[in-house]
Amino acid sequence: MIILPLVEPPPIELPELDWLLLGPMALVLGAAVVGVMVEAFAPRSSRRTIQLVLTFGSLIGAFVLVVLAAGSGGPVMASAAVIDGPALFLQGGILLVALLAALTMAERHVDPSGDAFAARASAMPGSEDERQFTARGYLQTEVWPLFLFAVGGMMLFPASNDLLTMFVALEIMSLPLYLLAGMARRRRLLSQESALKYFLLGAFSSAFFLYGAALVYGFAGTVNLGGIADAVTAQPQMSGLLLGGIAMIAVGMLFKVAAVPFHSWAPDVYQGAPTPVTGFMAAGVKVAAFGALLRLMYVAFAGSEWDWRPAFWVIAALTFFVGSIVALVQSDIKRMLAYSSIAHAGFLLLGVIAVTPEGLAATMFYLVTYGLATVGAFGVVMLVRDDTGENTAMENWRGLGRTHPWLAGAFALFLLSFAGIPLTAGFIGKFSVFAAAAAAGEGWLVLLAVLASAIAAFFYIRVVVVMFFSDPVGDGPAVAVPSWFTRTAIAFGAAATLVLGIFPQPVLEWAAQADIFIR
Amino acid sequence: MDPGNYIILSSILFCIGALGVLLRRNAIVVFMSVELMLNAANLAFVTFARMHGNLEGQAIAFFVMIVAAAEVVVGLAIIMTIFRTRRSVSIDEPHLLRN
Repeated sequence: MIILPLVEPPPIELPELDWLLLGPMALVLGAAVVGVMVEAFAPRSSRRTIQLVLTFGSLIGAFVLVVLAAGSGGPVMASAAVIDGPALFLQGGILLVALLAALTMAERHVDPSGDAFAARASAMPGSEDERQFTARGYLQTEVWPLFLFAVGGMMLFPASNDLLTMFVALEIMSLPLYLLAGMARRRRLLSQESALKYFLLGAFSSAFFLYGAALVYGFAGTVNLGGIADAVTAQPQMSGLLLGGIAMIAVGMLFKVAAVPFHSWAPDVYQGAPTPVTGFMAAGVKVAAFGALLRLMYVAFAGSEWDWRPAFWVIAALTFFVGSIVALVQSDIKRMLAYSSIAHAGFLLLGVIAVTPEGLAATMFYLVTYGLATVGAFGVVMLVRDDTGENTAMENWRGLGRTHPWLAGAFALFLLSFAGIPLTAGFIGKFSVFAAAAAAGEGWLVLLAVLASAIAAFFYIRVVVVMFFSDPVGDGPAVAVPSWFTRTAIAFGAAATLVLGIFPQPVLEWAAQADIFIR
Repeated sequence: MDPGNYIILSSILFCIGALGVLLRRNAIVVFMSVELMLNAANLAFVTFARMHGNLEGQAIAFFVMIVAAAEVVVGLAIIMTIFRTRRSVSIDEPHLLRN
């Protein structure tokens, strides 16, 4: 027997993994990987059931883990990410939004030929293949793993503690969304075009983010957010590398939240993407990207706030004015909701500009209320249909309130919440963000924002008037009868909007307890 | 050799890529320009790593390559579906979404 001499390998230090804190993300991303395997090996007939169990199981499990982890926190994965109060609060919000969006995506009763996604995304629109796949009732179950990957990326995005993790999370979140945007069952050309547009502009903006990260790395010698903050405070004079880096990173982030002048993709993509995906994207991406933007600006670049604040003033003001004014002339419900989401990005930027704990807590609350109402609103849009699919032209929504009072009532509630009318969650969110910004000395900007939200209120009310106070055309809009999936999503969104508007205190307090970023 | 020159090169590459995205009309060429921008960022990362004397930037370059590869998969899939429908990859032609 040969006895080999024992050679001690040089020790490689593995990072400590805190599984309780990493659990929510690990569960969602793990379920996504299993979902890919299911697509490869499970028989077609059982795929949808397995995927639904995986999706809802992992989302609910991750939400429970987030609740269990509340109050604890710290850096994980050798400080590549940090799970702190804001990260957990936003992850909880993202999971709730994702759960509601998954319910609308699972809906199969609204469209007579199946769910909202093309039977086979690879089949050419209008081809014989497509007709046959549809006739056989095929469903594209790949959407579920893609959806879970996007959710996992969204959860990592606001928790990432260095620029590299942030870039990787940005891509994990975005790449599945580009694909999901192009998979609509109806109006497929429109959907594919919107996917191309979203992809090219999204890749363009993430290249800006990456080059900005390279410049900041050149300035600070590290991509860790805390390290960057130290380098920023250690060098008080202006640095071209730092300013260029901040500007380019901001371009990448502002594109994701659809702030003017980086908003041009939003109306087209919102209109072209399958409506459940639009709702998920509008709500989830906004929560995740604002979470990451808040962390960047509050942790890494707070030391040079006077360098970036003036630019953000201009962008915030442009965003809420352009969003509100252009929304006035929209005749398509989905495009109107897209411009409304642009206007909301402007209001949310006030919380970023504030750079105070109150600003952080207010923005997080606003994000969650906005996200829940948005998924609910797009859930309603799914149901108003004609023979060719969804009917999003506003004149066809006339009299919806008379024929379908519950549905129109829910939609009106979401719109009033977007407009910030008291007794809805949107009012509390908007009020607390404006108050935080005013307390931080941004009085003029708050004044402009109030003016813009008055303009915005006008077009929300206009839709309510169209629905309730005008006579239906012909038989009125055809409304599909949904299964309990969509019912639950809309009802939960409406209930949350109402409850958070009347008793916001507990959630506001949670947000206020989670108002410090750990470095 | 002064590593600063590589930074200048990388910024030139980045600008070529950005101009390519803005000026070219073929989706594949636009996409290649985006990849050029990512590679410009990689060059900057590696050069800064050398200037700072740490390895972080070089490790990041590997991650960026992987992400770029994933982006190629998704991007070409989307461009292919459009091409099969329209027999063209011009980004001027798709205009259903203009209002």
